[in-house]
Amino acid sequence: MKMSKKFRSNLITYALVIVAFIICQLAVDGTIEGFKMSRSLKGQLVPICVYIVMAVSLNLTVGISGELSLGHAGFMSVGAFSGIVMSSWLVSAFQFENELLRLLIAMITGGVMAGIAGVLIGIPVLRLRGDYLAIVTLAFGEIIRNVLNCLYFSLDGAKLYIGFNNPNLPGKVFVNGPAGATGVDKISTFVMGVVLILFTLFVILNLVNSRSGRAIMAIRDNRIAAESMGINVTKYKMMAFVTSAVLAGMAGALYGLNYSTVTAAKFRFDTSILVLVFVVLGGIGNIRGSIIAATVLTILPEVLRAFSDYRMLVYAIVLILVMLATNSPLLMNLVERIRPKKKTQVKEGDAA
Amino acid sequence: MISFLSHLVNGISLGSVYAIIALGYSMVYGIAKMLNFAHGDVIMIGGYISFCATQYWGMSPLMSVVIAMIVCTALGVVIERLAYKPLRQASSLAVLITAIGMSYLLQNSAQLIWGANPKSFPSVVNIPTVSLFEGQLLISGETMVTVLANIVIMIALTIFTGKTKMGRAMRAVSEDKGAAELMGINVNATISLTFAIGSALAAIAGVLLCSAYPALMPTTGSMPGIKAFTAAVFGGIGSIPGALVGGLLLGVIEILGKAYVSTELGDAFVFAVLIVVLLVKPTGLLGKKVHEKV
Repeated sequence: MKMSKKFRSNLITYALVIVAFIICQLAVDGTIEGFKMSRSLKGQLVPICVYIVMAVSLNLTVGISGELSLGHAGFMSVGAFSGIVMSSWLVSAFQFENELLRLLIAMITGGVMAGIAGVLIGIPVLRLRGDYLAIVTLAFGEIIRNVLNCLYFSLDGAKLYIGFNNPNLPGKVFVNGPAGATGVDKISTFVMGVVLILFTLFVILNLVNSRSGRAIMAIRDNRIAAESMGINVTKYKMMAFVTSAVLAGMAGALYGLNYSTVTAAKFRFDTSILVLVFVVLGGIGNIRGSIIAATVLTILPEVLRAFSDYRMLVYAIVLILVMLATNSPLLMNLVERIRPKKKTQVKEGDAA
Repeated sequence: MISFLSHLVNGISLGSVYAIIALGYSMVYGIAKMLNFAHGDVIMIGGYISFCATQYWGMSPLMSVVIAMIVCTALGVVIERLAYKPLRQASSLAVLITAIGMSYLLQNSAQLIWGANPKSFPSVVNIPTVSLFEGQLLISGETMVTVLANIVIMIALTIFTGKTKMGRAMRAVSEDKGAAELMGINVNATISLTFAIGSALAAIAGVLLCSAYPALMPTTGSMPGIKAFTAAVFGGIGSIPGALVGGLLLGVIEILGKAYVSTELGDAFVFAVLIVVLLVKPTGLLGKKVHEKV
């Protein structure tokens, strides 16, 4: 009975994504009269997919594993730059023009590189706890951004040159340190974004409902108790952290290949915070909540364009009020009286 | 050698500003156990108030600092009452997000009031630059005032927390909120007082920061805020001498790293040192070791 309930909940999540995709696809094509997406909203489709994947993967670290990470954008930037380098190299070395396959290889490369970064960062970071862990992830995010600002890549036929703080490379330089990657082939597609979301959901929902997932949550709830039950704390924490990094890297590659110019400055500390806001507003540990929050909050600034100068102010006020409302004892009592036992669904209702 | 000394002086000057900001962070964290991300933006507001006081309202530089301190103190107390006090029992993540929201709110309000373009901040210090070693080593008036202000604030705060009744109440609350309340300490008033002191320090830091680096814009406070927070963690969060040591070391490392390693990597260098320190001493240089209870 309990398993089937979880299974149904997962199915609803998948169905939600697919239905949303079909509606968006219809709106993009304009097959139905009077139902067409505006251009600015069309440009937001791939970023929405990217932010959904970012939010869902960060939810694995923050919600399921219980470690506050403030450097998620760092993994995204690693994925973005390695994806761009891979995609450009494929064209230059093999005249590899198939865009779909190139995007796929770039995303896998981005995921692998971000995963390696995740392992390297995870080893020191996961020894720390609480706020100290948060500040170190923030520090790593800033270090990654600073290092990317010094990297130069150039292509000469099949040869790839890497320069550190040295722009004088042979061939055609396409990653220019602080100026970022220029002349990137825009090969990202909305369809691929949705495929990535489904893949992310598949990985995370299966992980959460597996033996490993239960071990990860046991460590979150009580580390000492979990350790005395024979759970290998480092291994499971690392598993959650690296999985989250890999998915962020894949999202990063998709994001990087969606623009003709990408600079490291796009992956500032603010981006990490933005994704964290999606996770917290969607409900910590609630995957469907993250998807909804990421979508609504990415579209919201576009919709608020009417307010022009005031939109970020409104955004900030909404953020504070939602946090105050969801944590007010008065409101919590009220909700509990209306819906007595479904405690986990309270957050979700508030986010929407 | 002289150039090294001159970098060192610049580092100490920047480090003193970090130390003053870090103090505010550290005290608030020690008592309320929350990361006040809006602290960096209070610095920026302090800078703008002082700017307006001297440029538009025709006040003397000293008066402008006093006005900035009063406004920031009020702002700090109001923020605490409206946004943080209702969340005293909530999870630390909820408080963190609220603080981030407050930071956005302050930045965007400042942008609406004063515009996004950087304003050139006139230095509030009019002490001439001292030149040593036949003009090879220059120490600006701003540097001297910053270092002096830092020393005065440190001594005053150490005496305040150690000797006065309110200071002892603050330490008691940071040690154990429940026990302090049972001893008849007004916990809410003590927390408000901490925010007031922290925000007043932020105003001073804002004026000093803008005097040394004169471009003032709505995002001026965010990076120094993050670095000062790093400094507080570096020295051991919650400890006053820790904030001083952390701030100074961070400033010196940043300037020396920029001068001798790489300009672009200055910040990365700072954060790398932080990570190494935390790995060796997980609670910072002067932090207290917390034993874990089952």
